[in-house]
Amino acid sequence: MNGRDIQLDDQGRLRHFLTTEGLPREMLERILDTAGSFTGVIEKSIKTVPLLRGRTVINLFFEASTRTRTTFELAAKRLSADVLNIDVATSATSKGESLLDMLRNLEAMQCDMFVVRHAESGAAQFIAEHLGDDVAVINAGDGRHAHPTQAMLDMYTIRRHKGAFEPLRVAIVGDILHSRVARSQIHALNGLGAGEVRVVGPRTLLPRDVERLGVQVYHDIDAGLRDVDVVITLRLQRERMQGALLPSEQEYYQLYGVSRERLAVAKPDAIVMHPGPINRGVEIESAVADGEQSVILNQVTNGIAVRMAVISMCLEGRGTRAATEEAE
Amino acid sequence: MSQRMHIRGGRVVCPAQDLDQATDLYIADGIIAGLGQAPDGFQAETTVDAEGMLVLPGLVDIGTHLREPGARHKADITSELRAAAAGGITTVCSSPATRPVVDSTAVLELVLGQADKAGSSRLTPLGALTAGLEGEHLSQMASLRRAGCVAMSDGGSPVVNTLVLRRALEYAATQGITVILTPQEPDLTRGSAMHEGWVATRLGLAGIPVAAETVALSRALALVEETGARVHFARLSSARGAALLARARRDGLPVSGDVAMHQLFLTEMDVSGFASDCNVLPPLRSDSDRDALRRAVADGTLQAICSDHQPHDADAKAAPFVASEPGISGLDTLLGLALRLEDEGVLSLSAAVSRVTSGPAELLGLPGGTLRPGAPADVCLVDPREPWWVTPETLHSRGRNTPFLGWELTGRVRQTLVDGAIVHAAGPETA
Repeated sequence: MNGRDIQLDDQGRLRHFLTTEGLPREMLERILDTAGSFTGVIEKSIKTVPLLRGRTVINLFFEASTRTRTTFELAAKRLSADVLNIDVATSATSKGESLLDMLRNLEAMQCDMFVVRHAESGAAQFIAEHLGDDVAVINAGDGRHAHPTQAMLDMYTIRRHKGAFEPLRVAIVGDILHSRVARSQIHALNGLGAGEVRVVGPRTLLPRDVERLGVQVYHDIDAGLRDVDVVITLRLQRERMQGALLPSEQEYYQLYGVSRERLAVAKPDAIVMHPGPINRGVEIESAVADGEQSVILNQVTNGIAVRMAVISMCLEGRGTRAATEEAE
Repeated sequence: MSQRMHIRGGRVVCPAQDLDQATDLYIADGIIAGLGQAPDGFQAETTVDAEGMLVLPGLVDIGTHLREPGARHKADITSELRAAAAGGITTVCSSPATRPVVDSTAVLELVLGQADKAGSSRLTPLGALTAGLEGEHLSQMASLRRAGCVAMSDGGSPVVNTLVLRRALEYAATQGITVILTPQEPDLTRGSAMHEGWVATRLGLAGIPVAAETVALSRALALVEETGARVHFARLSSARGAALLARARRDGLPVSGDVAMHQLFLTEMDVSGFASDCNVLPPLRSDSDRDALRRAVADGTLQAICSDHQPHDADAKAAPFVASEPGISGLDTLLGLALRLEDEGVLSLSAAVSRVTSGPAELLGLPGGTLRPGAPADVCLVDPREPWWVTPETLHSRGRNTPFLGWELTGRVRQTLVDGAIVHAAGPETA
């Protein structure tokens, strides 16, 4: 299961976008192709298309976010949808109940789509399962589980720079354990047929049995970066020191920081990515983040096109709420 | 009302007497009056034709939460004792983890009073090992036992302070009281709800390592070596945990263990779609853990299987996995799953029955679990041919939270007797 059953309708169209795990390759490619067609729109002076006029998208963020929420908002507006942002602070004691109560209220609002971010793994799927069939749900990050639109914009960025996935060797460096981005990237890369996916980090930051997700495990960054085409660095949260997962930021940088020197063992034309926000001098050297191999800012731009793609694809096969009700 | 009853021609399976044969059972004055042969001058008021049926000792379930007092919105003593009776369970040991905790004779009397009013299966409450189950002060265990607690338990909240645990074991040993411990190291459990393994990795859920169990077991075993306390380990979940227990038993320590029935059928894979009905503590572990637990039940390392019954209201499970409350409603499926262990070739019928009757009864010195003449007439009549589906409608517990919904089980309880009185009866056509 894990979401893949409910993501597609019986004609194989996208109903919800909750995880990249288990999606057929054609669907992943279609998302990238659709994003490609929207990139043209964004680069034009008139930045909107009337595709979703009259549709309502609600950004439901139970966890703080600036970039992800903003790019979702921009994406929906460029498709001419109405957008409503709801920021919900969750209290640790009543998470489950408040979520369920909230849903019951939101169900009554008759909107077409929820874009959801939540601190609990599985929250987006839970919401998709508990709302009626008329509402699409896009996962904008659930706990450590998945962040599929971030992963797809990374795939889009890789494809633009590298073309086909088959010959590629990709290394994901850092805190895989806590990273929903890394999980979604791994499933997307494997789904798109990438030649080799590596994860690089100390055992305290790698989840148990991670190789069963289809990755090669490296604890030594010099070995892990050797001959790779793509280097993805992950953000290291300060809290990891408190949890006794790491001794210090300095030691982490010494062992796993992506520096110019280290990058030298990768392919000469390797690209460097980061989902942001960056901790310079912790997981990545400034000279690398701002260097010519860095595509970090392209990632942000591509985020809008990819989100336009999944929003429109999830709503494509559905009538508007109003139209459905008239028909009934 | 107890009456003189003749149960004729059923297949009587009584592991305590090493008995498995078609024979007659005679009941009088609430006790087993005869087996095979009627006592002198016996005249039955009722005769039950049990041909083709299984006649078992009533089941003994040493791991349940009945939710009363404190959480009657989930279930209560009456509802759950009736569910137990409907499931062929005649003796129910309830956890002291209620609100308030069963750490005083006043709370105990309230609980026993409710059970009395229910007039159903018998309740044998467990007392709290420490006051309020807070792990700081000893409970008044001798008074609790005098007032009816069969053993003292940590109620699923491990005693963190090793000195307190040591003293609790010493004190219990002095009084000859059996202590029930849940082996879970809180530091390795906190913040997680599932087994640390590849499914947790996929789902992005923090994992509970097997070491959460083995660290706690090792600590407790070291204290048992020093104190000589009689300790029963509740709800083992792992191959390595079972191996530790087996070794301690070989070394002659006075220890025993049980497993929750669901651990013998489900694994981490069942959590795959964030199934909150599979959120349970200790967590469902790997295939190899499940297989090792089955072997440990077969070789007697684990002498008892319990339901680990934890009924919930619907809201408790209607949340993302980690935010949902742990626990499975298990009274209704204990017997059916025990019989399935025979079907799946894990245990002989006699061994499967022993793990839910004489096994647990002997562990805690309970009177039931046997059909030996002179024992209380706690009997369960089962039609082993009749399949039934686990659906919300077929459950008797108020808790509908079971991952076994949709399973087909065989073995329909026809009649349950406690002290010779019928506490549950279902006709052949009743759904």
